[in-house]
Amino acid sequence: MNAVFTIIGKEIRDGLRNRWVLATALLLAALALALGLLGSSPTGTVKADPLAVTVVSLSSLSIFLVPLIAMLLAYDAVVGEIDRGTMALLLSYPVSRWQVIVGKFFGHLAILALATSAGYGSAGLALQWANGGLDPAAWQPFALLIGASILLGASFLAMGYLISTLVRERATAAGIAVGVWLFFVVIYDMALLGVLAADQGRHISPGLLNTLLLLNPSDVYRLLNLTGFENISQYAGMAGVSDQASLPVSALVAAQLLWIAVPFVLAAAAFRSKPL
Amino acid sequence: MNTDLVTLAGVSKHYGALRAIDGLDLQLHEGECVALAGHNGAGKSTLIKLILGLIRPTHGRVALFGHDAHGAAAARLRGKIGYLPETVALHPSMTGAETLAFYARLKRQPLSGNARLLEKVGIAGAAHRRVGGYSKGMRQRLALAQALLGQPRVLLFDEPTTGLDPASRLMFYDIVHELRADGATILLSTHALSELAGHADRILVMKAGKKIADGAMSALRRSTGLPIRIRLTFEDSQAGATLPDAWRRIDARRYELACLEQDKIDAIRSIGALAPPLADLDILVPGLDDIYAHLLEREDV
Repeated sequence: MNAVFTIIGKEIRDGLRNRWVLATALLLAALALALGLLGSSPTGTVKADPLAVTVVSLSSLSIFLVPLIAMLLAYDAVVGEIDRGTMALLLSYPVSRWQVIVGKFFGHLAILALATSAGYGSAGLALQWANGGLDPAAWQPFALLIGASILLGASFLAMGYLISTLVRERATAAGIAVGVWLFFVVIYDMALLGVLAADQGRHISPGLLNTLLLLNPSDVYRLLNLTGFENISQYAGMAGVSDQASLPVSALVAAQLLWIAVPFVLAAAAFRSKPL
Repeated sequence: MNTDLVTLAGVSKHYGALRAIDGLDLQLHEGECVALAGHNGAGKSTLIKLILGLIRPTHGRVALFGHDAHGAAAARLRGKIGYLPETVALHPSMTGAETLAFYARLKRQPLSGNARLLEKVGIAGAAHRRVGGYSKGMRQRLALAQALLGQPRVLLFDEPTTGLDPASRLMFYDIVHELRADGATILLSTHALSELAGHADRILVMKAGKKIADGAMSALRRSTGLPIRIRLTFEDSQAGATLPDAWRRIDARRYELACLEQDKIDAIRSIGALAPPLADLDILVPGLDDIYAHLLEREDV
């Protein structure tokens, strides 16, 4: 167990050292601020909390950005270390393979969580400060956004690890990672919309739609953010969807956790028998 | 008591049609320094990876301290192994001291000995600089330091001196000498066999995944039948005429005799009987590189 923490610590230090955390946090903070400041101009008259509006626009942005960041971290995690030769040295130590992959994964997850919390958190504080006064009530959906973004990131991190473990070349891993990202973030929803439009509600029941949405971690994330809180869904114009897609938050969280656990367990199993 | 720390029995490792290791038997005994020689692709690195349990043999069994090197319990066994990889790969963003601390924690060793270890390999001055800015020699020294963590009983060095300057080489062999004195078992793969004279107890020559020679240096020399050359230089130019016919004339004053290891003493005695004034006497013993080249050539035929 000790070895796991040693590896986690090393990954976090690596992330801080090579400015990875800093760059990602700055990027996320800048985008959150830009959206918050721009997005608050139309709502100025209705006195909606700027943070609550920001959650809506931020969740649409995070759906693209966070999985991409996670994939960038993960695709290289195993195949890159094997390529550079650091993995052979690491495995010559008294550590088992599951300790290595668990340590690396949680290290990367910590980096991602740190960057997301720092980036979005600092932007949220700045937004509230700019609009005068802190409103604790607005922080609840914002904190949920950060939490959901980390879960979303973790699921793509796990998929990235699976890709990184299965391939032999770093370039292949990068290509597949981008493909998987594109599929879940863009193509899946487009295809689903197309099917729904063509079907006209004849075959696809709300129950089937729910299942289809659960089969994509980025849709789970969207539902988690947009339907999790009543006033948020109103701003988002998703009130109708949240009525239709009647999934409780616990089911959404459970689905997202499965999206993390299943790819990661597969990655760990593949890593166990991977020749170096 | 079984003193074999590493045992390979009938081990093969195939990559598709390629036989990287083909039916190899090998024992590393306690306190022995074994040199592993062979061309690129002869299977040296594969052999080391098999001992480390990084890869699983296609056939046969690899045992480490009497246990399966690839089993579930093998991770624990590796605490007593030091490994210096062929291509030294360290994390560039960490400093030398941090790198060593990271590996010491993985080996569950106290960090207190690290400073002394860095001093021993001669990079104490650069301990707090990032590894990314190290020269190749310094990285190799740091990699050597990590291999020495926790007084390992078995050390596996994969081409440790390739690309090192002479000073670093000397330091490396000093450390090897010290390790041997402490009773560690060393397996050292190399191209530069001549460097190893006086360090290796046993030499193992591999070719295309097979062991083609295994033995002490003198035994290998005898088995290759490479001649020893005795070269005489006389003080005046006619003296050599009295030598037996076996002596080959190089020039007016110098003569040479090629003889077998076992005939060496007789040959030298025969000169004494002649008694013309000698200016010089050289005995040219075939070096490790000569033996190695001969062994590989013989296999080609």
